Amino acid sequence: MGNKKETPDVNASSTADIAFLLLVFFLISSTMTSDFGLGRMLPPIAPPDQTDAPIIKERNVFTVQLNYKNQLLVRGEWMENVDQLKAKAKEFIENKYNDPNMPEKVDTEVPLFGNVPVSKGIISLQNDRGSEYQAYLKVQNELQAAYNELRNELAKKKFGKNYEDCADEEQDAIKKIYPQRISEAEPKNYKK
Amino acid sequence: MAVIRKSKKKGQFKVNTSSLPDIVFMLLFFFMVASNMKEVTLIVKVKLPEATEVTKLEQKSLVSYIYVGVPQQSKKYGTEPRIQLNDSFATVDDIENYILQERESLKESDRPKMTVSIKANDQIQMGTITDIKQALRKAQALKISYAARKAERNKR
Repeated sequence: MGNKKETPDVNASSTADIAFLLLVFFLISSTMTSDFGLGRMLPPIAPPDQTDAPIIKERNVFTVQLNYKNQLLVRGEWMENVDQLKAKAKEFIENKYNDPNMPEKVDTEVPLFGNVPVSKGIISLQNDRGSEYQAYLKVQNELQAAYNELRNELAKKKFGKNYEDCADEEQDAIKKIYPQRISEAEPKNYKK
Repeated sequence: MAVIRKSKKKGQFKVNTSSLPDIVFMLLFFFMVASNMKEVTLIVKVKLPEATEVTKLEQKSLVSYIYVGVPQQSKKYGTEPRIQLNDSFATVDDIENYILQERESLKESDRPKMTVSIKANDQIQMGTITDIKQALRKAQALKISYAARKAERNKR
């Protein structure tokens, strides 16, 4: 009965150690980096009764072929460097001067813009089974870049700001004018 | 002089550490919230290719992963590129089942938003990827993402 002045005290000095242990565990088992990637939509599988693909005019298709040596064939012409692809694709999608070899345009009613000619261009990407993944992704990346830049240019012209900074409805309108049409064709195996 | 005398009298000077656990717990909670657990232990080598136009994958819970690469223990499992689902090797035929399973585990309203992230090594050949893509189409998992490292575009 002598220890009136002392209150029973839990020794809490090890809580820090326990918390540190937990902290270290989470540091090790977690990854801070978030995932980045190129988003794509795959085409649904064609119904079995559909035999032939819809016919698309040649002027509306921008074919990109990648062979097993990672060489590019763009609309029937060799392309030495992937870096040229973006400019080519942009030129094709935009079709500034209504070139008869470039895609047709259809006047479409777009909110915020009114009646605007929208190109019917489709980018068709074919690859060989032997192509390298890095090369393939680089091509995909360049095509994406072409679309992104066109959208950005339009956003700057119309709304005076970058595409990412636009409101949702503004982005939707721009997407309608430059719809992303990248078709990943069924694979072909040229190498025998 | 006064200071020295005081410390001599009281003995060792002590830092009050009673708030240390609180600080550490705060750090702990920060890391728990800001980080996400490693999904799986990789048994294939995955060195992601680089791309500049990447977008961030939102909502981790809706993403399923497919890993493609050469086995890490190449002496044991060979040097052919293999597919990894969850924690084990798989073949292209397993993908359909895997997707169905992953879809089952999601809420019904979230199912259309499911995304499949393909994490493949940059050196592998497209044949494997093409097979995976066909399998995904069969499984009706059409929203995919080619995982890539973010790189800056070099200006000329």
